[in-house]
Amino acid sequence: MTALPRAAGDKEIPMKNKKDNNFSREHLAYLRKERNKKIVITVSRILILVAILGIWELCAQVKLIDPFITSSPSRVVKTIGDLIKNGTLFYHIGITLGETIAGFAIAVVLGYSIAVLLWASDSAMKILEPYIVVLNSLPKIALGPLIIIWIGTGYTAIIFMTVIVSIIVCIMNSLAGFIAVDRTKLLLMRSMGAGKVTTLRKLIMPASLPALMNTLKVAVGLAWIGSIMGEYIVSKAGLGYLIVYGGQVFKLDLVMTATFILCLLAGGMYGIIAIIEKRFNK
Amino acid sequence: MLKFENITYTYHTKEGETTAVKDLTFTVEDGQFVSVIGPSGCGKTTILSLAAGILAPSSGEVKRGGGEFGYMLQRDALFPWRSVEQNIFLPLEVKKRNTPEMRQKAVALAEKYGLKDFLKKSPNQLSGGMRQRVALIRTLAAEPDMLMLGEPFSALDYQTRLEVCDDVQSIIKGEKKTALLVTHDISEAIALSDKVVVLSARPARVVAEHKIAFGDGSPKKRRECPEFSQTFEILRKELGI
Ligand SMILES: Nc1ncnc2c1ncn2[C@@H]1O[C@H](COP(=O)(O)OP(=O)(O)O)[C@@H](O)[C@H]1O
Ligand SMILES: [Mg+2]
Repeated sequence: MTALPRAAGDKEIPMKNKKDNNFSREHLAYLRKERNKKIVITVSRILILVAILGIWELCAQVKLIDPFITSSPSRVVKTIGDLIKNGTLFYHIGITLGETIAGFAIAVVLGYSIAVLLWASDSAMKILEPYIVVLNSLPKIALGPLIIIWIGTGYTAIIFMTVIVSIIVCIMNSLAGFIAVDRTKLLLMRSMGAGKVTTLRKLIMPASLPALMNTLKVAVGLAWIGSIMGEYIVSKAGLGYLIVYGGQVFKLDLVMTATFILCLLAGGMYGIIAIIEKRFNK
Repeated sequence: MLKFENITYTYHTKEGETTAVKDLTFTVEDGQFVSVIGPSGCGKTTILSLAAGILAPSSGEVKRGGGEFGYMLQRDALFPWRSVEQNIFLPLEVKKRNTPEMRQKAVALAEKYGLKDFLKKSPNQLSGGMRQRVALIRTLAAEPDMLMLGEPFSALDYQTRLEVCDDVQSIIKGEKKTALLVTHDISEAIALSDKVVVLSARPARVVAEHKIAFGDGSPKKRRECPEFSQTFEILRKELGI
């Protein structure tokens, strides 16, 4: 038997891609406009940062504001230099980064696994729902004293705090992703006789990958909240500790410096996840 | 072979119970293409799920003459994260028959029916008609003895529907498969089938059965036969439209 004639809609529309240089003039103009837009956005972003830092520095220099209370960019730079010199900068960064990444990883893996179990068992989901809702709305910092008494004041306590702050969102987001999977596709899997494990591996997990990526983005922000909150309560080291300590002894330069580094780290981690997301969604 | 014997099916929900199918009896012989036709909401999808064993009847017995079956639905349900080829391999993976030999056969089938240039593409790059053809090849990849089709053309636009409909019929006949199609489209049922089972409104019961034999077996020729419009009229009356 020969191949059937192609149906009318079967033709592929050839799409010009970036490698083609034989674009029409309008298209080139369009591309140029898009590129210009991008440049304007990037430049504006940098200008805003420079303006803020500049005004801050200037006000501090001319004593419009008291740098003892507000610190200043130059003082932050100097503090960073001092911390590097006495060798504690990377120690504190390492501690906080380690706690955050550990807590984040545990929360994501554990949260995802719990979501899988809840997905697999309808009754487990129904039974546990109120507990999850209550845990979600509970301000986790209320558990601070209990955590100290039960787990102590070491890194584990802070990691534990990070996990409980971020795990609920991991469970709920992942589960929502699982449940949103197209019913027709589920029916197809059932018609092929697929069990829960096969359905999970072949359909649910790949189909909910975008939801997982989204979960990672939300969870990473919460993990930072958890680790810094934990350090506020119990720590002897870390960026959160530096902030609290700096506040207590009125070293605002230290507070600003730690906050600034925290911004960089949190932004960087979010950026890494955004890159991973792009990889997967392409 | 597939045999429904006095099948009743009732859905139970918190709002109440709905008997979708009542005392339903019909047979699909080996090699036959049977359409079950009925008004919207009468229980056609339920019948297909019962036939596929996705639902168990409340009473009565569905007899399947052994062998595998494949299931094809209104929406193609292709997985966009897999290439066309990997979509076609899905039933092999699920049924744990993912051997090089079976994969080779599946690819040969796809190539035979004009999918050669599309195998490495994403389903998102294909037209609706082409996607439905991929869905059929996927269904056939696991070498089912019987196909169950749930309004597989109704999501397509009219022009594509006629073409895909002819396509699918000739592939199914070419591969000598038994098929059960549920549809609400009278002309589709007449054009494709060896036998049409007409259902009542809910709960679905058999109103009439018609053997259809005119034309040379191709849907296209059938639509051109004078008997086509006569049969159409009869079915239309029986359906009460
Ligand atoms: N999961 C379900 N729960 C409750 N009622 C259902 C369910 N599925 C279908 N029904 C009811 O059963 C009847 C038949 O449905 P269906 O088999 O989908 O009909 P058709 O495919 O012919 O349109 C409808 O009245 C519908 O409301
Ligand atoms: Mg239906």
